[in-house]
Amino acid sequence: MIRDITIGQYYQTESVIHRLDPRVKLLGTLLFIIALFNYKNPVGYALGIIFLFAVIKLSHVPVKFITKGLKGIFIIMLMTVLINLFLTPGNTAITLGKLTITYEGIATAFSMMLRLMLLIMGSSIVTLTTTPNNLTDGLEKGLGFLKIFKVPVGDVAMMMSIALRFIPILLEETDRIMKAQLARGADFESGNLIKKAKSLVPVLVPLFVSAFRRAGDLAMAMEARCYRGGDGRTKMKPLIYKKRDAFGYLVLFSFAGISIFLGRWHIITEFFNSLYVNYILK
Amino acid sequence: MDIVKTDKLVFEYIRRDEEGNPVDITTALDHVNIDVKQGEFVGILGHNGSGKSTFAKHLNAILYPTEGKVYVDDMDTMDDSKLWDVRKSAGMVFQNPDNQIIGQVVEEDVGFGPENLGVPTKEIWERVEESLRAVDMIDFRKKSPNKLSGGQKQRVSIAGVLAMHPKCIILDEPTAMLDPSGRKEVVRAIRGLNDVEKMTVILITHYMDEVVHADRIFVMDKGKVVMQGTPKEIFSDVPTLTKLRLDVPGPTRIAWELKKKGLPLPDGILTCDELIREIQKCR
Repeated sequence: MIRDITIGQYYQTESVIHRLDPRVKLLGTLLFIIALFNYKNPVGYALGIIFLFAVIKLSHVPVKFITKGLKGIFIIMLMTVLINLFLTPGNTAITLGKLTITYEGIATAFSMMLRLMLLIMGSSIVTLTTTPNNLTDGLEKGLGFLKIFKVPVGDVAMMMSIALRFIPILLEETDRIMKAQLARGADFESGNLIKKAKSLVPVLVPLFVSAFRRAGDLAMAMEARCYRGGDGRTKMKPLIYKKRDAFGYLVLFSFAGISIFLGRWHIITEFFNSLYVNYILK
Repeated sequence: MDIVKTDKLVFEYIRRDEEGNPVDITTALDHVNIDVKQGEFVGILGHNGSGKSTFAKHLNAILYPTEGKVYVDDMDTMDDSKLWDVRKSAGMVFQNPDNQIIGQVVEEDVGFGPENLGVPTKEIWERVEESLRAVDMIDFRKKSPNKLSGGQKQRVSIAGVLAMHPKCIILDEPTAMLDPSGRKEVVRAIRGLNDVEKMTVILITHYMDEVVHADRIFVMDKGKVVMQGTPKEIFSDVPTLTKLRLDVPGPTRIAWELKKKGLPLPDGILTCDELIREIQKCR
C-alpha cells in the first residue's frame, strides 16, 4: 500500500519526453502550474487536461501508473473539496441540516480538485520521465545563476538527487519494519486517529535510526569516491540543448500562452457565467 | 614497490563524556604492520571486532592513525594536501550495496567517481564502459540499481571504484550481506580483476574460502596481526584458526581431521581437487 506513492520514482522506457532536456521539463512543470492557477473558466481546464494527457501519451508511461500516485494525496484532496463545498458563500443549492452547499461551492470544489489532480499528475510526469541525476543536473544548470548570491546550487542539487534515490529504498524499509512489527502483534488498523498515529511510533523510530545509519554510510562512500562538493566536477552527461528542446519550449510557451489567455479571457468567462445564471439559477 | 604500507599503526576509539574527558579507550588497532605490493592479492581475515574494518578505513583516509603511519602509494594519509590523491589511489568498496550506490542508473553511478575527479566527459564514458566490462555488468548499464540482485549491486560498486583508475582496491567485507550465489559472483569478479587487470586487491572478509587464492593472508584478532603468510601456511594451522573463531574451508578441515586419524596427507590442502588428488596418492 505504501508503495503506491509514485512521486519521485523513475519509470524506465524510451520516449520523446524521456529524451527531452530536464530544463525544458522543469520549466514546463512550472508553466503548467502557473497556467493551472490562472484559469477562470472551463476552457482553460479542458486545454490543461488535453495537454497533460497528450504529454502522458507521448511519455509512454501508463496512465494507471500516474493516477496511482493520486491515492497518496486523497486525504488532502478530500479536505480541500469538503472545505470549499461547505464554506463558500453564494446561492444555496442543497441544505443539509446546518450546512449548506452553494453552487459557487460546488464550482470551486470541483475546480480545486481538478487543479490538485492535474498538479500532482503534471509534476509526477517530470520525475517519472527523468532520472534523478538528470533532474538534478537540470536544476543545477537552470538555477546556476543563484551562485552569484553564494547559494551552493551544486550541493543542494546533489542532496535532492540522493533524497530522490532513497525514496524507494526507504519505502521498502518502512514496509519491512511494518511487517516485522505486525508479526510481533502491532496493530496499525484499529482505533481512532490518535491511536493510529501513536501506533506508528514503533515504525518511525527504527526507520529514522536506519535512515541516519544509511546517511552516514552513504556520506562515507561518497567521500571515498572523492566527492568534495559541487565545484570542479565534470559531467558524464552534460546538458546540451538539441533541436527537440527548442521545439519543446515552443510547444510549452504556446500552450501556456494560449491556455492562460483563453482560460482568463473575459468574453469566455462571461459566457460561462451567463450560462450559469440562465440555466442553473432559474 | 609497496602500494600500501602501514608502520606500527595504532588506532584508539575514545569515548568522551559531556565535558569531553575521555571515559573509555578501546584500542581497535594495535601496532599493525601490513605491506601490500603492486599487483598482489592480499586477504585480511578476522572475526567481528578484530579491527579489520577499522584498518580498511585507514587506507582511504576516512580514519586517521592515533599513532604510527599509513602510506598509500608513498603518500602519508595524514597529509591533508594529498587527501584526494590517497582516496583516488585506494578505491574502497563497502559492505552494504544499497548504501554506496549514488546513481539511479547503473552507468550514472559508475560515472560518479570520475565526475568528482574532473575527468572530461568523453573519457568518463570510456572508463564507465571498460569498468562495467571488467565486472561483466555491461548488459545492465541502463538498469536501475534497485532492480539488481545483491551480487550485481556489489559488482556495480566495484565498477564504480574501478572507473576512478585506482592503484589498488580495498574491499571491506563486500560479501557479508549477500547470499551464497551472490558471494560467488563477487569473488569471481574480484579474482578476475587481480588475474586479468593485474589490479592490486585487498580483500577484507571473515569467509576463509574467499581468500584461498590470495597471494598472502593476514589474520587479525583484537586489533593485532596474529598470523601472516601464504594461504597454505595459514590454513595448515587449523587449531589456531579455530581458536580465533574462523571457519576453515571444508576441504582443509577434512584433510586435517583425516591426518589426525593417521592418513599421511600434507598440510594446507585448500581445494576439493587438491584433497581428492592427495587422497588418491595415499592408496
